[in-house]
Amino acid sequence: MIPELGNFALALACCLALAQAVVGIWGAQRRDIRLMAATPGLAVGQFLALATAAGALVWAAVHDDFSVANIAENSAIAKPLMYKISGCWGNHEGSILLWGLILSICGAAVSLAGRNLPSGLRARVLGVLGGTSCGFLLFALTTSNPFLRIWPPPADGQGMNPLLQDPGLAFHPPILYTGYVGFAVPFAFAVAALIEGRIDAAWGRWVRPWALTSWAFLTCGIALGSWWAYYELGWGGYWFWDPVENASLMPWLTGTALVHSAIVVEKRESLKIWTVLLAIGTFSLSLSGTFLVRSGILNSVHSFANDPARGIFILALLALVIGGSLLLFALRAPRLSSGGIFAPISREGALVLNNILLCSICAVVVVGTMYPPFADLLLGQKISVGAPFFNATVLPLAIPLFAAMAVGPLLPWKRAKLMPIVEHAWWAALAAVIVTGACTIGMKILPALAFGFATWIILGSFAEVVERVLLFRTPVASSFRRARGLPIAVLGAAIAHAGMGVTLAGLAGAALDSQKIVSAKVGQTFSSGGYEWTLMKLEDADGPNYTSRMATIYVKKDGVPVVLMHPSRRNFTAQHQTTSDVAISTNLLRDLYAVLGEEHDGQAVLRLHVNVLAPWIWLGAFTMAIGGAISLSDRRLRVGAPSRARPDAVTA
Amino acid sequence: MSFSRRHALMLAPLGLAGAAGFAFWKMLDRMSVGKFDPHALNNPLVGKPVPDFALSPIGPGKGFTAADLRAAAAQKPVLVNFWASYCIPCAGEADILGSLAGEGLPIWGVAWKDKAGPAQQFLDRYGNPYARLGNDVSGNVIIDWGVYGVPESFLVDRNGIIRWHLAGPLTDDSVSQDLRPALKAIA
Repeated sequence: MIPELGNFALALACCLALAQAVVGIWGAQRRDIRLMAATPGLAVGQFLALATAAGALVWAAVHDDFSVANIAENSAIAKPLMYKISGCWGNHEGSILLWGLILSICGAAVSLAGRNLPSGLRARVLGVLGGTSCGFLLFALTTSNPFLRIWPPPADGQGMNPLLQDPGLAFHPPILYTGYVGFAVPFAFAVAALIEGRIDAAWGRWVRPWALTSWAFLTCGIALGSWWAYYELGWGGYWFWDPVENASLMPWLTGTALVHSAIVVEKRESLKIWTVLLAIGTFSLSLSGTFLVRSGILNSVHSFANDPARGIFILALLALVIGGSLLLFALRAPRLSSGGIFAPISREGALVLNNILLCSICAVVVVGTMYPPFADLLLGQKISVGAPFFNATVLPLAIPLFAAMAVGPLLPWKRAKLMPIVEHAWWAALAAVIVTGACTIGMKILPALAFGFATWIILGSFAEVVERVLLFRTPVASSFRRARGLPIAVLGAAIAHAGMGVTLAGLAGAALDSQKIVSAKVGQTFSSGGYEWTLMKLEDADGPNYTSRMATIYVKKDGVPVVLMHPSRRNFTAQHQTTSDVAISTNLLRDLYAVLGEEHDGQAVLRLHVNVLAPWIWLGAFTMAIGGAISLSDRRLRVGAPSRARPDAVTA
Repeated sequence: MSFSRRHALMLAPLGLAGAAGFAFWKMLDRMSVGKFDPHALNNPLVGKPVPDFALSPIGPGKGFTAADLRAAAAQKPVLVNFWASYCIPCAGEADILGSLAGEGLPIWGVAWKDKAGPAQQFLDRYGNPYARLGNDVSGNVIIDWGVYGVPESFLVDRNGIIRWHLAGPLTDDSVSQDLRPALKAIA
């Protein structure tokens, strides 16, 4: 009964979404106040219906209702409760439902938080969101319905992919999807603005918080995904330039560009057409990424069940959403007034450089990801594009980006001179040069440069803050008073930029890693990476739905005990699949990383890694997201909030 | 910028997306009839002549060279099969190889860095479909042929050109759908 209720709620949500689209866009076109006022209610209604549907699916999973095909295929009685719940979105059908749910949350959020928007704009934005949502819900209902029944129901389900039975991955899809889907709101704003034919500074101010929120979620989502790859796959790596990873990186790159270009729209009423295109492009890349992964066109290690029929449906949906919005862009954008000319050395000039570089990197990633299927189609050649291509092409574009990152925020708007910047940031540059110099001793030039750039970005990001509070130049109390008056967005930007520096340092740390593969008997000791690793014992350690072998490794450094590690190999009996449970011990400066391999004749294969600064990669990403969140809390970004007087914040 | 150029520029994203969409549609279309497989492993030697090589003897096999292969293929197309005694999928395709050999298709085997004892045991247990057999002791022949891993099979036509290739074990489906049409095409 409950699954039928879910099915009904899903269908209802689809109808409400259609109504939201028609009422919103048609109502705004007719300037009918009653119709426009009805759209927020429809959006909230759609959200409630989808929440009911999602609740029904979770209910069915928790109650082991194996007459529901989706539950029978992905769940099992022995599965722990948390994974019964998280398993709801770990498969194709459930993830589409989650996608729709998040889209409806965005709609409801615009309805509730957007009370100060002009009613016409709000109705159109909700209309566009409703139309997009309707398409996806129709997709769910026709080809990927999570509530389909099977008869007779099996006694037990088939269980989920053991690799997905992991706390990190339980929360990865909702966060990543919030990032992907959240960009639907800037997209809807862009389309609404194209319909209205008007973009002004206020539009930039309204779009930015939504873009920033999605960006922060997407940053967290990508970081969680790569962290999962690091500790669950047990290969010691965290980024493989896999098509699925690239699919999430592409909207992140354009989304980052969008977050920055929207500032220019807000402050200078410039770059308007470009920003609209970025908003459309970012959401399009989010959608295409999903499509490419689900249709099986891209060859990936992360596989979803592929079905060309589904692929055709999503492709048609994409043609409608992306094609329609780009057609509107081609028709309307030429009529939008373009912004004034600005000087290359200025804040807006720096932001344009940021956009050019980020979009170039995105273009490189798109080419690398899409070249193999296109070469196959057009030239009949099978080729694969891997890490060497991406490392060789992304790096030269990233270096000027890193160099400019710390300088950009120091530049004033409109017209700037380089000399004052040198005066403000010389100490960060000096520190970077010293770090690079120190690192070249015993390190290759590239990682040394990376460490130098990391120093430059982290210190340089705070150069503006230091400058604004006149640190060391006025009494501390005065600096503190100035700091309190500092716009929060400035602080948020500095933290986000510094986060990038932290991530860069983490990536550079890989140059100092050491790893060793040994075949060990119990009692044997190996030295690797300056540590002595002793295999103490090998034993059975069974879990609720798996059998397992666990090793105990005693790690010492110069005779001083460091840690006991317990890597294990789990054999999930229901799926005949073995996963390795990596043991990681971190002190935030390095990870000790041990993997247990196959056992033969009393000897176990062990992989022992010392990953220097590895945790910084993810700490940096979370710092970036936190910077975004802090920036969000700035009153100036809040829709319609009047600006507060800031007598203390005197700009230099 | 002139009026028309501005319009053309704004149309560019739509054109790009349209072209990409059309290509994706073609890929899906070909995928559904099995003509486009992003997971397939193709060999660059298909359509090219057999590379030069020389194989050592192993077990019942006396070894052979590229010249031997070309001379034999000139009489009748030859299926070259790369295998190893320690390879489990190779045991799986042994029955199919046996029945193909029974139909009169010459099959020449290349063992990958194998040893005489285990190779003999393998052939005793699963049957010996090979007209000629050699061992790639150095592992260089495998590299010259661009083999991903054992088992892999190549079809060589009368002119000594590699016409068809399969990475992985032969199955009933791959024989009826791919190998037989390829054989018919060069017959």
